[in-house]
Amino acid sequence: MITLDKVSKRFPGQDGFAVTDLSLQVDDGELVVLVGPSGCGKTTTMRMINRLIEPTSGRIAVDGRDVMEQDPVQLRRGIGYVIQSVGLMPHRTVGENIATVPRLVGWDERRIRERIQELVEMFALDGGLIGRYPSELSGGQRQRVGVARALAADPPVMLMDEPFAAVDPIVRERLQEQFLDIQARLRKTIVFVTHDIDEAIKLADRIAILNVGGVLEQYARPEELLRAPASDFVRDFVGPEPGLKRLSLMSVADIDVEAGPVVHPDAAADEAVAAMEPFGLDWATVLDPEGRVLGWVDRADVTGRARVGDADVKRFAAYVTSGSSLRSALDAIVSNRTQVAVVVDEQERYRGILSLEAVAKEIIT
Amino acid sequence: MGSPFDVAWIAAHLSDILGKLIEHIELTLLAVGIGFVIAFPVGIYCFRHRKVYPPVTWVTGILYTIPSLAFFVLLIPALGISIVNVEVALVSYTLLILIRNVVAGLEGVSEDTKDAAKGMGLTRGQILWKVEVPLALPVIVAGIRIALVTTIGLVTVSALLGYGGLGFFILDGFGNYFATPVLVGSVLSALLAVVADWGMLALERWLTPWRGGGRLQVST
Ligand SMILES: Nc1ncnc2c1ncn2[C@@H]1O[C@H](COP(=O)(O)OP(=O)(O)OP(=O)(O)O)[C@@H](O)[C@H]1O
Ligand SMILES: [Mg+2]
Repeated sequence: MITLDKVSKRFPGQDGFAVTDLSLQVDDGELVVLVGPSGCGKTTTMRMINRLIEPTSGRIAVDGRDVMEQDPVQLRRGIGYVIQSVGLMPHRTVGENIATVPRLVGWDERRIRERIQELVEMFALDGGLIGRYPSELSGGQRQRVGVARALAADPPVMLMDEPFAAVDPIVRERLQEQFLDIQARLRKTIVFVTHDIDEAIKLADRIAILNVGGVLEQYARPEELLRAPASDFVRDFVGPEPGLKRLSLMSVADIDVEAGPVVHPDAAADEAVAAMEPFGLDWATVLDPEGRVLGWVDRADVTGRARVGDADVKRFAAYVTSGSSLRSALDAIVSNRTQVAVVVDEQERYRGILSLEAVAKEIIT
Repeated sequence: MGSPFDVAWIAAHLSDILGKLIEHIELTLLAVGIGFVIAFPVGIYCFRHRKVYPPVTWVTGILYTIPSLAFFVLLIPALGISIVNVEVALVSYTLLILIRNVVAGLEGVSEDTKDAAKGMGLTRGQILWKVEVPLALPVIVAGIRIALVTTIGLVTVSALLGYGGLGFFILDGFGNYFATPVLVGSVLSALLAVVADWGMLALERWLTPWRGGGRLQVST
């Protein structure tokens, strides 16, 4: 747990404060993202946690212990740190870079070797990279090595300053996904800095939005921040389409699916019509005996046929699963001619349907 | 004046030539070695305490500009005509180059790298020895290279005091209006300088494998 209590920082020779009266608490296993415009004090805040910068006033504690009362070198060895520009040691190989803190704290060589191997695999880096120098890596590889290095001695607390800033959007997205997977397993207590609100929304358990001078505007879960911005600054900062951004944070599992009309291919035409009626729809989903979705039939087409299967069974343009975001459900709704998203499980077995109204309700409440 | 290139003379003086060559190398290595032993800590100190750097450059700069012959002569009252006299002068010449390169090398280490090292919990001493010095090596070694080549040239001048390595032949040849020793002395000292230059370049490359001297850059 990291606690900042009324922390302020004013650099010598500067008029204003870089950080003003900032109070924050980061719970164990929580990923908190500090976000705000350039120069708002994000890096300063982070560097006060491992005492690379000392606060002018206020108190910072890691796991209840005041950082100012600890030996800075020991403190830093217990906190993983990824600096804004990665900062790999150019004269050390990837393996040696990763081994930095484990060596400092005296791990034996075998354990270090195993750890390097483990981290390289965790970050999906090629094993052959271990012996390479940083100048021989791509930007994305360097950033992954930077994060792997910070994790090397398995510190419970990590500070990450724009770790994915220096790569193109596609690579960044992949790194974010990978990082979320790793964090889901490791559950580190993380302070993560970015100036990209979308990155913050995607990664954070909670987001702290800072204004110029390190003034805290709002500290809330991403969903709450989008639903109820505390100020105009926050509203502007989260940018356009907050509703859609919220939908991308929620998954299909978060809302109830409707049963929807279903029918088997061997059923008679009037059975199909009877299934549609209660829902006020003029189409029905066709399921095979195992409950897998075959497609859908429309009322006009099925009427007068001997069996449903004789009609034209059309495929849905898109499906969603309970893990899909509501945003992709919305996309499925506008892509399907039936104007619903069909929810299936991993084996493509039918679970129900989502209507536009059901999704829209989530944006409004 | 006889033939400019008297093979018989060379054949007769082979062991002499070898002896002077070795003396030349010894005088040079001693001067640069002592120079480095002084310059390395002074350079580190100057890097950490910026205020002392300008006066240090000033003093070593003055030493550097004194003409070599004048320097040797100026030291005679204090040190007499001795190897100490010669070495004091030679060492003095190396200081400016060596200190400047030590400081420049350390200054060239990227702030990010040092910052990351500090953030990971390296102590000040560990940052110096594990990060700053290794990364400054190419520039430091380049300084040693220049100092070596310069000193090899200067040693020939110190022949005037009787401790000149190959310079002895140059002096001797001129004294006797005989070209062969002059040629032998100058060609060998020039060769020595070239070999030292190459050797140091090779050493520099060997010490800094991370700079990827022609290594294949593969990205996956
Ligand atoms: N060492 C320093 N000395 C003086 N002023 C500083 C120092 N470090 C930062 N500042 C100032 O403090 C303010 C906050 O800087 P900080 O680096 O924390 O911003 P940031 O939010 O991380 O910005 P960015 O998104 O650009 O990285 C800025 O106005 C900056 O100029
Ligand atoms: Mg910053």
